[in-house]
Amino acid sequence: MQLVLEKRAERSNTIALASPLIAIGLTIATMSILFAVLGKNPLLALHAYFIAPLTDGYSLQEIAVKATPLVMIAIGLSLCYLANAWNIGAEGQFLIGAVAGSWIAVKTQGTDAGAWVLPVMLLLGAIAGALYALIPAICKVKFGASEILTSLMLVYVADLFLDYLVRGPWRDPHGFNFPTTAEFDPVATVPLLIEGGRLHLGSIIALLVVAAAAVLLGRTIKGFEIRVVGAAPRAARFGGFNANQLIILTFAVSGALAGLAGIIEVAGPVGHLQPGISPGYGFTAIIVAFLGRLNPIGILIAGLFLALTFIGGEQAQIAMKIPLDVTKVFQGILLFYVLACDSLILYRFRLVFPNRQVARGTG
Amino acid sequence: MSDAMPNSLHTREPPLLQTIGLTKRYGDFLANASIDIDIFPKEIHALLGENGAGKSTLVKAIYGLIQPSAGEIRWQGERIVLSGPSEARSRGIGMVFQHFSLFENLTVAENVALGLDGKESFKDMSARLEQVSKTYGLPLDPRREVWQLSVGERQRIEIVRALMQNPNFLILDEPTAVLTPQEADQLFIVLERLKAEGRAILYISHKLEEVKRLCDTATILRGGKKVATCNPRQETAASLARMMVGGEIKEVKAAASRQTTVPRLVVNDLTLAPDEPHGVRLEHISLELKGGEILGIAGVAGNGQDELFAALSGERLAKDPGTVVIEGIAAGHLSITLRRKLGAAFVPEERLGHGTAPRMRLSENALLTGHAASGMVRHGFIDTAATLKTVDKATKTFDVRKAKRDPEAASLSGGNLQKFIVGREILRNPAVLVVSQPTWGVDAGAAAIIRQALLDLAASGAAVLVTSQDLDELAEIADRIAVMFHGRMSVPLAAGEATREKLGLLMGGSSLDQKEVAHAARA
Repeated sequence: MQLVLEKRAERSNTIALASPLIAIGLTIATMSILFAVLGKNPLLALHAYFIAPLTDGYSLQEIAVKATPLVMIAIGLSLCYLANAWNIGAEGQFLIGAVAGSWIAVKTQGTDAGAWVLPVMLLLGAIAGALYALIPAICKVKFGASEILTSLMLVYVADLFLDYLVRGPWRDPHGFNFPTTAEFDPVATVPLLIEGGRLHLGSIIALLVVAAAAVLLGRTIKGFEIRVVGAAPRAARFGGFNANQLIILTFAVSGALAGLAGIIEVAGPVGHLQPGISPGYGFTAIIVAFLGRLNPIGILIAGLFLALTFIGGEQAQIAMKIPLDVTKVFQGILLFYVLACDSLILYRFRLVFPNRQVARGTG
Repeated sequence: MSDAMPNSLHTREPPLLQTIGLTKRYGDFLANASIDIDIFPKEIHALLGENGAGKSTLVKAIYGLIQPSAGEIRWQGERIVLSGPSEARSRGIGMVFQHFSLFENLTVAENVALGLDGKESFKDMSARLEQVSKTYGLPLDPRREVWQLSVGERQRIEIVRALMQNPNFLILDEPTAVLTPQEADQLFIVLERLKAEGRAILYISHKLEEVKRLCDTATILRGGKKVATCNPRQETAASLARMMVGGEIKEVKAAASRQTTVPRLVVNDLTLAPDEPHGVRLEHISLELKGGEILGIAGVAGNGQDELFAALSGERLAKDPGTVVIEGIAAGHLSITLRRKLGAAFVPEERLGHGTAPRMRLSENALLTGHAASGMVRHGFIDTAATLKTVDKATKTFDVRKAKRDPEAASLSGGNLQKFIVGREILRNPAVLVVSQPTWGVDAGAAAIIRQALLDLAASGAAVLVTSQDLDELAEIADRIAVMFHGRMSVPLAAGEATREKLGLLMGGSSLDQKEVAHAARA
């Protein structure tokens, strides 16, 4: 008897939907073992992670706030990944977007600049993110440099650039030497949806982005182009589609979305520019994109789920003294299982019973 | 003994190799269903069948590449279980594959050394290589790098490599598919000689005249089952074909007289450097193709046909717009989409991955080429109904068999997918159709439908350019036939004058016009 992995005649849509769920199940099982090893009660830990945040209004709002950048970035990344362009540097594009938008906020600080400030900040954030993403894209198209490496390396450049600005030229003179800009003026702040709450306009923008991506991919020739270039490059060329142009386009769009998410985060929940504005949104969004099957609706759900792990991780730290790094372990294991389960979409397991002796001793 | 063995010659000697009830199952698919075959020494045994009949599966089991699900293999009367090809080789079973496994940047001797299991020194091996190649009349220079060699020479490496292990039994998988008629004749002399030495040969082919000429016995497979074992010399090509297909094949009929009209595709002195390291440079290619006409392009694979297709389709652009003229408009610099808008349509050789995106649905694959000029896109939005309509129309007109209305391209059989691809392009009513290997690896029924469709398209006034390695196919449908060799194209011959001998000479690089001999005989 042997277990073989054999190719399916056609991709299984059932498994395509079930695969993320199977992956989540396996991740939770693995995490339970990990909690037990850490000496914590797995059931209580899982409760703190996944159930407790869903029980009060504040946490629910906070989940939506955390999901907003994750979803926006992941939508952009999904376009890249569908087109076989591997943008790993969304974290850097997020930071550069935050920096570029903050520039207006810092320059208009304390002036009587009007309502134009926030829209210009958002626009500038998106443009800067796009331009920053174009660096690896152009290096790829012109010189054949691996976009995986160049986009990743540019994350650290952006990180240190932000660090320099808030420790140097943009530091709040009244900030007791903390590396941060002054608190943004009200005209430079993303409005809240509920007075006194946490939910802000950015979540609405994220929903619009999801809807736009769903229409783009499902209904338009551009969306078809993105899918076919990734799925069958030679056939795409035969169809008259230019893969290099598409690398430029998808990188620019995903950079713009990451940059927009960056400035929304700074001008919204954070309220000023400082190091550490992102707990790795740009990287976690990679997991969101794959967990969501590179599908806009799937990404929305996956974004909310991973936001839950951020909030749950904080609660578990407070309530049970489980290190916050366990959340990152969780996310890593999740990505691992998602990719593993995805092979079941095109393949299936099968038990083989040789009915005669012939096949014996074949190793 | 075997059921229908008509040859009393074999009763004296025991079979060299037997399969008894050999069965191979892939999932629910039965690739080989209980096949019995006896192969005797001093025999050239043909294995006939259409694509998907189970020929490859059977020989892979005999060569130890796959394990049978049931049944047994007997070698010299003794039951064997092969752990892999190296065990098969050590027992005296050799195989020459249809697709060569050679390293382009290594020399002949290095390639042979890599394929041998022995421990002899490289020097001894090289000496033996020269000796074997000389003995069997398979001239090879051990020091040349493979990329410089023709397809026929590459095949010689594979055959010599197999012979150096001194096999009693040699399997050849469609060896003449890539050879000119003259090269094939040379190969037959070698095979006759191996037979005279007492070896057995299993010869896979679907060229029936060849089998009748060369083989002593033929086993015919259909749908994974053995249909018959017979003496091919006592059969006709038609009766063998009937056994392979399981029914009559429809005759392809050309319209009684076709009117040729204005030139619709013109190529003017096209020269194009290759974009890949070992690609072929196109040199001074000129042709003129009128409406209502089918031009066939023959030639051994790898002589520039792929490069010509890319240049005609616009997958590669020429600097000079005037080198490719479609419908009177200079198009050498235009993209494939713009060329489609001029009324051109293209069918590449590779069905999966080039002609279609394998994991996309047929409607999406209709859009792949239809987005240019078939009204499937409005203001950037896809008209899904229009793409599905193309699928339905192609299905109906070209008898595409599929499990559901809109399956993934990869789930169709080769013949059905090819019918869909050809149908997709013909339904656009192209003025010019450029098609490469239209019936490669396609079952006989589908091939007949496709050839008929090409004839009908020409009859309706379109210009059709067909590249094919199958001379019989070109003879059946083409009005004129040109030959490509080393990136050059011969002057087209009228179909009536294009005998196999003449075409074969051109395919081998000789020129019918003595003045051009020096040109073509480039090393």
